[in-house]
Amino acid sequence: MSSDPFERPRAANGRAPDVFKTGGWIPMRQHRDVDEVDFAIVGTGAGGGTLAARLAEKGFSVVAFDAGPYFRPLEDFASDETAQEKLYWNDPRVVQGADPIVMGGKNSGKTVGGSMVHFAMVSLRFRPEWFKARSTLGYGADWPIGWEEMWRYYDQVERDLSISGPITYPWGPPRPRYPYRPHPMNAAAEVLARGCEAMGMKWTPTPLATVSAPRGEAHPCVYRGFCRFGCSTNAKQSTLNTYIPRAIRAGAEIRDLAMVGRIETDAGDRATGVHYHRDGQWRFQKARNVIVAGYAVESPRLLLNSATDRHRDGLANSSGLVGKNLMTQPNQAVYGKSKDEIRWNKGPPSLAITEHWNYDDEKDFHGGYCWMGQGPLPIEWAKTMTTSRGIWGDELRLAMQDYNYQVGVKMVGECLPSENNRVELADQKDRYGLPVAKITFGWSENDKALIRHALDQMEMSMEAAGVTDLFRQEEDANHLGGTVKMGDDRRSSVLDADCRSWDVPNLFVCDGSVFPTVGGVNPSLTIQAIALRTADRIEQLAAHGDL
Amino acid sequence: MTERSFPGYDVLDKRDTPSWNDATRSAIDARLAVPREPRFFSSDEFATLEAVCDRILPQPADRQDPVPLAAYVDAKIFSGQLDGYRFDKLPPQGEAWKIGLAALDHEARDRHNARFRDLSRADRDNILREMQQGRLEGDHWQGMPLKLFFMKRVVHDVTDAYYGHPTAWSEIGFGGPASPRGYVRMDKNRRDPWEAAEGKPGQEERALVENKHVV
Repeated sequence: MSSDPFERPRAANGRAPDVFKTGGWIPMRQHRDVDEVDFAIVGTGAGGGTLAARLAEKGFSVVAFDAGPYFRPLEDFASDETAQEKLYWNDPRVVQGADPIVMGGKNSGKTVGGSMVHFAMVSLRFRPEWFKARSTLGYGADWPIGWEEMWRYYDQVERDLSISGPITYPWGPPRPRYPYRPHPMNAAAEVLARGCEAMGMKWTPTPLATVSAPRGEAHPCVYRGFCRFGCSTNAKQSTLNTYIPRAIRAGAEIRDLAMVGRIETDAGDRATGVHYHRDGQWRFQKARNVIVAGYAVESPRLLLNSATDRHRDGLANSSGLVGKNLMTQPNQAVYGKSKDEIRWNKGPPSLAITEHWNYDDEKDFHGGYCWMGQGPLPIEWAKTMTTSRGIWGDELRLAMQDYNYQVGVKMVGECLPSENNRVELADQKDRYGLPVAKITFGWSENDKALIRHALDQMEMSMEAAGVTDLFRQEEDANHLGGTVKMGDDRRSSVLDADCRSWDVPNLFVCDGSVFPTVGGVNPSLTIQAIALRTADRIEQLAAHGDL
Repeated sequence: MTERSFPGYDVLDKRDTPSWNDATRSAIDARLAVPREPRFFSSDEFATLEAVCDRILPQPADRQDPVPLAAYVDAKIFSGQLDGYRFDKLPPQGEAWKIGLAALDHEARDRHNARFRDLSRADRDNILREMQQGRLEGDHWQGMPLKLFFMKRVVHDVTDAYYGHPTAWSEIGFGGPASPRGYVRMDKNRRDPWEAAEGKPGQEERALVENKHVV
């Protein structure tokens, strides 16, 4: 074992960890705090990590900060649910409201590479209409970007991550072939397929960001099934082992264990750099532009914590919408027992998917959803059983012994934006003395109708597949969005189409919080496509002297 | 329901196989070495905590080395390991547990004039079930919402500890750590030789033999 990644920063002294080699290093260019870099990026996940690579490749000087450590998967990742909680943002946060959001592994990350380090690799495109949900489907809000343009960036990110997927995808406009062949289905995926076929619905092997053949220094996926706890073999194509190494090769600097607490602004409306905590002290990095990419809780929190006399309600908040319109995707499930041994812990958890209800509008509520195969490991499975069925004691211990026979499907659905759902600052302070986030959430009537519909449909499909002893997991949510939304109008959005603040022209936000609507699919591919687009737009703005 | 059995299966037998990497070995070694004495709770609170854990996850009487559940709950709080969220209606985890344990003793005294730890299993279960249903009252709960405390604190922490332990993995026939080897046989009713074999009726002997070779 080499050094403790939590003890002191690894990215220092002109080098950064080589994520592909135990104890390995790669050279890294570094900047002094007093050097005014072109971009200070806060966060290195799907938004920030991707942008760091593309901006550095375009010749900009970049320093990207992450509050978490810089791991080498081969030496730092255990096959263990408990030990791998080190990947999550487990610092204090207060949750409240009618349906408080449980924060942690499903919606946060605190590591270089962000939550992609432990995401389930499901890599889906939005349905085209969702980019104009208000004008074409009559709900939510329109995005300031069109689907045709996004389609081109999806192509690019799918190539960059060597997505493994089916030859033809059953829904939506044509897309190019996925770069890598689909993964074989496990028994849990077969059950999903059987259920869909019985109901006359299409299904497909899930497009996944884990390689089905060698790629560079990454070996193909070995189907160990701990994907959501970090991939210890590097088969998963996360930001950590794709865009971040690219960023460093192109001259970007990554600073791990570096918590940004405040964005500094001048007497006018320009950001001048970021205050960050590293190596036991507060420091200040000068920057010509600042990009915030901390996801839907930390991004608004940083903007709110950066309030000044001139920006009393928080930075970039003349609309009053920073922290508002928090969305979380419904993540309910139906589980049951098979007569066959399923052993759902083998392989990526979601090897098959149906997007049927994302593309069928014969529903009496707004929004869509998909559902996919599941393979919860024992701790998560026990939590599902206790919270959904209220069981404990001998009943729980016996029920858990059916683990190898359990099977189920889980939705990822669309939640509608509402200003009542929000991220604010609490009175409580964190270890850096910064006010922590207070997160308020409750499902709307439309959300509840969508969830009911999905639970009914999933249950029917499981019954049709011959699964027995069914029960519903009614309480669960995952991916977030909406709290720093983009739009066409500065009164009703925080950012323009380029993810640039309407108020502070050299401040950008680029992560899941920019989504005006969340759609019914996992968000990472869309976040990365937006990051690729933002990098191109920044290059164009700079060329025209508009930056 | 009847107990399934995986005769002779011990996930720790795979410790030195390609299913465990160094990071896993060191994580599990540390888990098995958890200090058995409380560092956060007083010894009195700890005794009540043990009496709670014993009902949330009762372990077989003949188990030689039961999972020290209370020690894990204590260790989690002592080391400052947080969940990443706190319900606004619940105090921080250590405080919530201390209020809850004292209140359980209070309930036991009111009803049976005894400490919670000295109650029969059935009496302990009754009090816990009433907590789950939110039917307990009194200032000694200090306004904590009972259902939330029971499911999201008590059951949450105790089941996390139990199903994070190799003994529980062996009990349910879970393959356990799997890096770097992973798995090869993905279809239904197929097991890789390094997975648990179930001792279904009539197959106990075969399972016993197979489980001796999960390497």
